[in-house]
Amino acid sequence: MKKIYAQEKYCIGCRLCEVYCSAVHSEYPNDLVKAFNRSKIVPTPRVKVEEDRPLSFAMQCRHCDEPHCLKACITGAMYRDEESGAILNDAERCVGCWTCIVACPYGGIFRDESKSKVVAKCDYCLDQGDPACVKNCPNGALIIEEGGE
Amino acid sequence: MQYVIVGNSAAAIGAVESIRNYDTENPILVISDEPYHTYSRPLISYYLTGLRDEESMMYRPKDFYDKYKVETMLGRRVEAVVTEKKQLKLDNQEVISYDKLLIATGGKPFLPPIEGATGPDIYNFIKLDDAKDLKEVAQPGKSAVVIGGGLIGLKVAEGLLKNEVAVTVVDLAPQLLNSILDATGADIVRKCLEKQGMEFHLGTTAKTIQNFGERKIVGLADGKEVATDFVVVAVGVVPNKHLVEDTDIKVNRGIVTDESMGTSVEGIFAAGDVAENHDILFGQNRVIPILPNAYEQGQVAGANMAGQKSVYPGGFAKNAIGFFGLSMVTAGITTAPDETFQEYSSQPAEDRYLKVVIKEGKLVGFVRINAVDRSGILTGLLMQQKDVTDLIPQLISEEIGLINLPQDLRKARLKGDAVQ
Amino acid sequence: MTLSMNTPEFLVERDLDRCIKCQVCVGQCANEVHKYDKETDSLSCDDLACVGCHRCVTLCPTHALTIKKFPLEFRENANWTANTINAIYKQAESGGILLTGMGNDKPYPIYWDHLLLNASQVTNPSIDPLREPMEVKTYLGRKPDKLDFSDGELVTEIAPQVELELPIMFSAMSFGSISLNAVKSLAAAAKEVGTMFNTGEGGLHQDLYSYGDNAIVQVASGRFGVHPQYLDAGTAIEIKIGQGAKPGIGGHLPGEKVGKEVSETRMIPEGSDALSPAPHHDIYSIEDLRQLIYSLKEATRYKKPVAVKIAAVHNVAAIASGIARAGADIITIDGFRGGTGATPLRTRDNVGIPIELALAAVDSRLRNESIRHQVSLVVAGSVRNSADIMKAIALGADAVYIGSSALLALGCHMCQKCYTGKCNWGIATQDPNLVKRLNPEIGAQRAANLLRAWKHEIKEMLGGMGINAIESLRGNRLMLRGVGLSDRDLEILGVKAAGE
Repeated sequence: MKKIYAQEKYCIGCRLCEVYCSAVHSEYPNDLVKAFNRSKIVPTPRVKVEEDRPLSFAMQCRHCDEPHCLKACITGAMYRDEESGAILNDAERCVGCWTCIVACPYGGIFRDESKSKVVAKCDYCLDQGDPACVKNCPNGALIIEEGGE
Repeated sequence: MQYVIVGNSAAAIGAVESIRNYDTENPILVISDEPYHTYSRPLISYYLTGLRDEESMMYRPKDFYDKYKVETMLGRRVEAVVTEKKQLKLDNQEVISYDKLLIATGGKPFLPPIEGATGPDIYNFIKLDDAKDLKEVAQPGKSAVVIGGGLIGLKVAEGLLKNEVAVTVVDLAPQLLNSILDATGADIVRKCLEKQGMEFHLGTTAKTIQNFGERKIVGLADGKEVATDFVVVAVGVVPNKHLVEDTDIKVNRGIVTDESMGTSVEGIFAAGDVAENHDILFGQNRVIPILPNAYEQGQVAGANMAGQKSVYPGGFAKNAIGFFGLSMVTAGITTAPDETFQEYSSQPAEDRYLKVVIKEGKLVGFVRINAVDRSGILTGLLMQQKDVTDLIPQLISEEIGLINLPQDLRKARLKGDAVQ
Repeated sequence: MTLSMNTPEFLVERDLDRCIKCQVCVGQCANEVHKYDKETDSLSCDDLACVGCHRCVTLCPTHALTIKKFPLEFRENANWTANTINAIYKQAESGGILLTGMGNDKPYPIYWDHLLLNASQVTNPSIDPLREPMEVKTYLGRKPDKLDFSDGELVTEIAPQVELELPIMFSAMSFGSISLNAVKSLAAAAKEVGTMFNTGEGGLHQDLYSYGDNAIVQVASGRFGVHPQYLDAGTAIEIKIGQGAKPGIGGHLPGEKVGKEVSETRMIPEGSDALSPAPHHDIYSIEDLRQLIYSLKEATRYKKPVAVKIAAVHNVAAIASGIARAGADIITIDGFRGGTGATPLRTRDNVGIPIELALAAVDSRLRNESIRHQVSLVVAGSVRNSADIMKAIALGADAVYIGSSALLALGCHMCQKCYTGKCNWGIATQDPNLVKRLNPEIGAQRAANLLRAWKHEIKEMLGGMGINAIESLRGNRLMLRGVGLSDRDLEILGVKAAGE
């Protein structure tokens, strides 16, 4: 399955990936201004930029073949989408226990208390089309590669 | 090929999903003494507070058994395993044959030696039925004594408190959450709970429970007495291994399993809270009654049952738990048992505490109170037993990230290389 | 503390209705113009630090920013303009030479814009480049006096040539003045399109040896990075005598920009200023130049053409004639609009002459002396579009070098602050944080796109003239007409007036 990779050498730490990720998961996925200025709470971005200049990169869920989060999930809210192979979280069933957060060795899951207490993680923008972070990276640092590696 | 699984919780489901990965045809039978569709045991404390109901506690969707072609016998108890005949004897005298058997019966409540420990108004808190019973009496204005200040005890205490029940918690250890927290961390938790109105008797234990009209009196070892409306015994769980009692299946504290989750008898596997396997941090075999471990063990067992060689690398305890806005994650060994272990921690604040335990340069445990974000990165280091000597200041900082890891490890994480 | 008279050049305007406080602008400005204040949860701008590079404007996801000229008015004065006044303030405070980057920005006449191209009408019909093959291939190098054949076979030995798919090359820009990512972008684009890039005074970085077939290596007065493998690596060698942006002085790379890689490539100590002397200290006469040309030819076993690059100055025609006779195969002439990473302001804006006039003068002179075929002429100094290229070729050029245009393709916004080393686009900097911003894969794409687009436009214009080979345009002054030029200009350009 296709995975998103960050190329350290091209990441400029601008954080536009975080900005767009928040926006497309808000009530106004197609309007950046409204997403940030009208939402009561701006949703947590599901991608995180880590920086220690000059090194920087963006990191999100690795959609693992052996997902530690899915195995650790106490409610069964974490599941694998059959069609895409992506690991998704059912916010309705999630109780925000944070067990998946302590289970994920990549630090790819985030607390999201913008609506109710649940976790947020990369969902491949399955209902948007192409992942917003990849589409909007100004320097081509985020790429999608088939075959995993 | 008939697969039979005794149990219907995390380990059992892990096994089912794993078997079906490799074998989509042969029949699977799941037998459970609980009459319910597979549900999440940890969610019973949410049931108590009304945040979840039976329907929303399902661990897998309603169509799970159909989709995975699993036959079920729910509300049926297995009394004995007859290994020579490869048969199970049920409580209704029925006999079930198996080719491959998985024992995933989980744990049962540990009953401490308390005089008068059985009877009305004395409850356990392990399964859904326990929660249902407790919910009926947990009314505002009532009072309760919870015996046991561990994971289960505090969760039921929190649930009762949210139902406006006055709660007193008793624990033999001088601190709460003895199995997962160190003294400093436990102190922070206790202060937070005391602020909410919980009362504690620590360093002592309940010796007697006597009736007193409609109420009860709990007598403590230190001489004190607490009057209450009902008592919850939540000291802990022990492996539910009754059905292998008269067999040659090797048991220790739990059912002894090897790296394929197989027992001493060929064709019989065990997984979850009932099983005993390698703890990579303690370096010895233990029962680790944690849901993620149960699921993983079930997965390994299932694969091996379906003829696919799979190895369980060993486990360790990791927990995520929260009370009244205080959330924490812990893993592994959180208090140095001797001088070969070193402890490093941040300055403990009222609502924040970070700590790591190191042995021979490797991470063997951590505590993070109100510093949950990205804590899994430490779990990854723990799993792989990496040398973290140079990372210690970052490990006890809230700002831990993949960027702090040495370059080769960071690149492996970015690529998504599997972490075992 | 004394009062500074420096006032902002630019005004940064933020549309608060559109701003989402994402702080991308804060992180992206190397001059720290934007700041976020946590206490007031608001963003502010330090206009004084703004250089007008538009990085923040381009990256702002909601297009909330714009840059305007700072609206500070002096009393109207046609002589003492704001720029003139501010220059004096700066020097009163610093006591130093005013530095600048890129090319002459003063309103001198642009002769390209006074020349017009022909098109076919009734006779000699136009050619459609989408239907007929158009030859824009170009060979740079010494052409023989005559061709001799025997039995239908060519027996004349032809001097080594540089083969170009189109008459446009990337100008000399050193690794040091620009980042490695920028050089890589140009090298890859040159390879992709089939043309050359020029190493400038910076030597050839190890990573770029694989692009040797598309490189012209420069030997400048500082001899930075010159060693036998370097000379063998490229397709041609260029002796740099001068450049259009600073005729008469040598290159200057401040020590701050000389990091480990620049140091290794140039073969100088880390952190030391890379000062190229004004003259080559072994070239004090035309005979010395001839000696160096032949030394280089000997060193490379006569396999590579040797070029000589000069700035366009007075008497450029005589100089060029001397250079041709000295044995050069290619002469590069760099006009006064040429760009650079760092140069004194006054030199850039007041020294040298326009390339259009220089080119016409040199081409005419060499033809008159019957030695035009002995050298190829390559011109540079603000070639801005394909029309400029057409006009250059019509005036006599064999090919053009593009510098500023290439950098603009990579993302340069012409803020002229290259000498600070804080190029926000990752081009004129060695700061690894900033260099990252130029992804060489994307840069190569953009530069190659520019060349491809211009190649296509050239073919269109050629077709429109009824020509199907660039050779037919070369030196063909009859294809040009001047408009708004004096008689003297027309005479020097060798071009008739429009209407004639």
